Amino acid sequence: MKELSTLSRRGFLGASAALSALLVSGVPTLAQDGSNLTIAYNLPVQSWDPTTGPAAVNPALQSVYLAVFDRFIGQAPDLSFEPGLLTDWSFSEDKSTITMTVREGVKWHNGADLTPEDVVWSLKRAANPETGNPMQFVWGKIGNFAIDGQVITADVMEFEPALFKWMAFLTAFVLPKAYYEEVGPEGFENAPVGTGPYMVDAFEQGAYVRLKAFPDYWGDAPEFETVTIKFVTDSASRVAEIESGNSDITTNIPYEEYDRLIAKDGLSGEAVPITDIGMIFLNDIDVMTDKNVRLAAHHAIDKQLIIDRLLRGYGVPISTLEAPGYAAYDDSIVVEYDPELSKELLAESGYSTDNPVKFTIQTTRGFKPKDYEMIQAIVGMWRKVGIEAEIEVYEIAKHYELRATDTLAPAAFYNWGNSIGDPSTSTGFSMFGPSPHAVWDTQDLIDKIGPLFVEPDEEKRIQGYKDVSKYIAEEGYVIPLLQYVMPIVYASDLSVTPYTSGDLLPQAVSKS
Amino acid sequence: MLLRTVLIRLLTTAITLFGVAVVVFTLVRVAPGNPIAMMLPPGATEQDIANLTALYGFDKSLPHQFVIWLSGVVQGDFGTSITLRRPVSELVLSRLPATLELSVMALFIAVALGGFVAVLGARRRNSATEVGLDLSSGAVLSIPDFLWGLIFVLLFGVLWPVLSISGRIDPRIEFDFTTNYYVLEGLLRGRFDVVGSTLGHMLMPAMSLALPLAAMIAQLLKQNLKEELLKDYTTLTRVRGFTETAVILREALRNAALPTLALVGVQFTFLIGGTVIVERLFAYEGLGNMAIDAVINRDLPLIQGIVMLFAALFIVINLAVDLSYTLLNPRLRHG
Repeated sequence: MKELSTLSRRGFLGASAALSALLVSGVPTLAQDGSNLTIAYNLPVQSWDPTTGPAAVNPALQSVYLAVFDRFIGQAPDLSFEPGLLTDWSFSEDKSTITMTVREGVKWHNGADLTPEDVVWSLKRAANPETGNPMQFVWGKIGNFAIDGQVITADVMEFEPALFKWMAFLTAFVLPKAYYEEVGPEGFENAPVGTGPYMVDAFEQGAYVRLKAFPDYWGDAPEFETVTIKFVTDSASRVAEIESGNSDITTNIPYEEYDRLIAKDGLSGEAVPITDIGMIFLNDIDVMTDKNVRLAAHHAIDKQLIIDRLLRGYGVPISTLEAPGYAAYDDSIVVEYDPELSKELLAESGYSTDNPVKFTIQTTRGFKPKDYEMIQAIVGMWRKVGIEAEIEVYEIAKHYELRATDTLAPAAFYNWGNSIGDPSTSTGFSMFGPSPHAVWDTQDLIDKIGPLFVEPDEEKRIQGYKDVSKYIAEEGYVIPLLQYVMPIVYASDLSVTPYTSGDLLPQAVSKS
Repeated sequence: MLLRTVLIRLLTTAITLFGVAVVVFTLVRVAPGNPIAMMLPPGATEQDIANLTALYGFDKSLPHQFVIWLSGVVQGDFGTSITLRRPVSELVLSRLPATLELSVMALFIAVALGGFVAVLGARRRNSATEVGLDLSSGAVLSIPDFLWGLIFVLLFGVLWPVLSISGRIDPRIEFDFTTNYYVLEGLLRGRFDVVGSTLGHMLMPAMSLALPLAAMIAQLLKQNLKEELLKDYTTLTRVRGFTETAVILREALRNAALPTLALVGVQFTFLIGGTVIVERLFAYEGLGNMAIDAVINRDLPLIQGIVMLFAALFIVINLAVDLSYTLLNPRLRHG
C-alpha cells in the first residue's frame, strides 16, 4: 500500500527551518545604529517640489523639506529669524525696493554652486501662476529683479510688511535653476536637488525616505550620516515603532501614550507649545449677531479644565488668536472664565437655562487631539448657562469648502497654524472678511485690519494688531481656545531640539 | 461554449466598468470637500482661487469634466494626481504589486491554514478536537482583520519584537528594483535578503487579512468533507485499505473543494478590499494606503483611478473564479 502523505515530518521541519531563516533576515534591528537615525513620521512626503501643489503648503511636511532644501531666510527654534540662503535683507526707506544678499560658498547637492540667478529664478517661478505655487499672492508683490554680484534688488509692486517673514515660511525654498530646467518637473521629482544638510538617497512613495548627509553643506554638519524617515500615518503604529525600538524618534502621538512612553526606561520626551491653536470660528449669522450670546459663549468655557482633563495638561489657554511667542501677543488681553457673567449676558438677551439660545456647532472628529471631545465638553459647559448647541461632525475637507464659501454654521471648531508668528497670518487672514479663510465679515473689522496689511511702520503695525485683538475679544468675534503642545518621544541617548514652529528636523537631533 | 462564456463576460465587464466610472466620477464630485478649498493659502484672492480651479480643470461643467476624463481613460490616461503630481496610472500601477503580493500571501496563508484545520476537523470528526476547532474558528471569525493587526503589532511588534511593524522592506536594503514585485524579483535575482525582509514585513498584515478567511474556509471545507465522507465512493476507498487521512486527501478533498473554491474567489475580493485598513495600520505602501490618503486629500483623479483599478481587479478575479469553476466541474463544462 502506498502512503499518500506528501510531506514527511522531517521534510516539514526542514521547510519550517528554511522559512524561519528567511523571515529572520527580515526581522527588525534596533533603529539607531551609530551614525544612523530612524524617525517614525506621521505624514508621507507627497511631492519633492516644496514650492508647488498642496504638499507645499502642508505645514506638517516642512520638516522633511527643511532637511533637503533651504529657505531664503532661516528660522530658529524660538521663531526668530536668522540668515538662510540670504545673509542680509531689507526694504528701502520708502518701501519701494528690496535688497537681498545671497550667501557665498553654497553648493547644490549635485556639486554646482548656488548663484543669485537661482534665487531670482525661484522667486519668479513662485510668482508665476502656471507653476501652481499656492502662495503667489505673496511672491507676486515683488518684481523687476536686478543682480549685482551677490546682491539682488527688486521693485516692490505692492507693499507686504511680512514679506521677509514669508521668506521663512511655506513655499519659500530656493531650487536649482539649471538643474530644474535640465531635468524638468518629473526629473526633479525623481531626483530632487537642494542645498540642505541632507540629500535624498532613496525614496519609496508612501513608505520612507532615506537621507544621506551632504558633505558640502554650508552650515553645521548634521550628526547622523544616514537618516531614515518612515511614514507611519497611524498613531498606534508610531507608538509601537518607538516602543519596540524600530524607530528612534516619533511625534504626534496621543498625550496618554506620551506620558506612558516617557515613563519607560530608555525613552525621553519633549512636549513644547507650538504655533498651532484650537479655536471656534463664529459666523456673523443667526444668533451670533447678538454680542451678548457671543460673549456669553466665550465666558462659559473653562479652557484650563479642558486642557487638564482632556489633554492631560498639554496645552496653553489663550484669549486671542495671538499665542505666546507671536509678535503681537499681548498677555493683558484675557477673557476670563465666568459662567455667572455668561448667565447675566444671556439674560439681557432674554435667554436662560429654561429658554436657551440654540445654534449648531461644527467640529471634526479625530483631526486634532480630542477635538470632538473638547466640543462635547464645551457644549456641556454652555448648557449650564443657557446655551443649547447641537454638534455637527464633518470632515476637515468639508470645513475648508464651507469656510471658503462662507457657509459655516454659527460656530465651527478649527485649528490655525502660524509658523512665522506674524499677526497678519493669524488675526489678519482669519478675521479679515475678504479673505477666503475669514468667517466673521463685519465692516468694522475689515476697516480695522485692512490698513494693517500695508502698514509700513512695524511698531505701529504690531500695536495695531494688538488693538484689533483687544477689540475682537471685547466684541466676541471669535473664541480662541488653546495653544497646542507637540509631543516628541525619542531614545534617551539622543538629544532633540524642538521647534516652536512644530518642525522636527533631523539636523536638530544629536547624540546626548 | 467556454469561448462564448468568456466573450459574454468580457462584454459585461466593459459595461460594468463604464457603470462604475459614471458612479465613481459622480460620487467623488458630489461628496463633501473641495480639493481647491483645501490648498488655499491664507491670503488667497478670488483670482488665486480662479487660477487654481482652472489649473486643475474644475472650472468646467461636470459632464464636460466627465467626457474629458473618460476620453483619457480609454487611452490609458487617468489624469494627474493633485497631491502627488504624477500620472494616476503610473501611481496606481506602481502600488498594485504591493497589494497583490500582500493579498496573494494572505490567500496562501488562509488556504493553507483553513485547509489544514478543515482536514484535521474532518479527520477527528465528532470528537472534542472538532468541537475545539469549531469554537476556535468562530472566535477567529468574529475578530475583524484590523483588530487582528493591532493584536499582532502588540504581540510581535512590541512585546516580543521579532517582526517589522511598518513598511514593506527594510529601508537600509540597497536594491534597485526593476518592478515593484519585491518577492518575485528578489527570488529571480537571487536576493534572498530582499525576499526575507519583504516577507518579514508582510507576515503580520497578511496574517491579519488571512485569519478571518481561513476560519471561513475551515468551516465550509470541513462541512463539505464530512458530507463527502458519508458517500459510497469514500466507503469503497476505505474498503480498499486506504487510511482515513488518505481517503480525505485523495478522494473527498477534490469534490469538497469545489464549493470552497467559489467562496475563496468571492472572499478574495473582500480580502483585497480589507487591505485598505490593514495597509494603513502597517504603513504598507500598497493601493489601500494610497486610497486613504487620496480620500483625505480629496485627490479626485487619484480616487477615481484607484476605484477603477479595484473594480477591474474584482471583475477579473470573479471571472477567473467562474472560469476555473467551469473547468473543474464537468457538469458545467459540458452543460
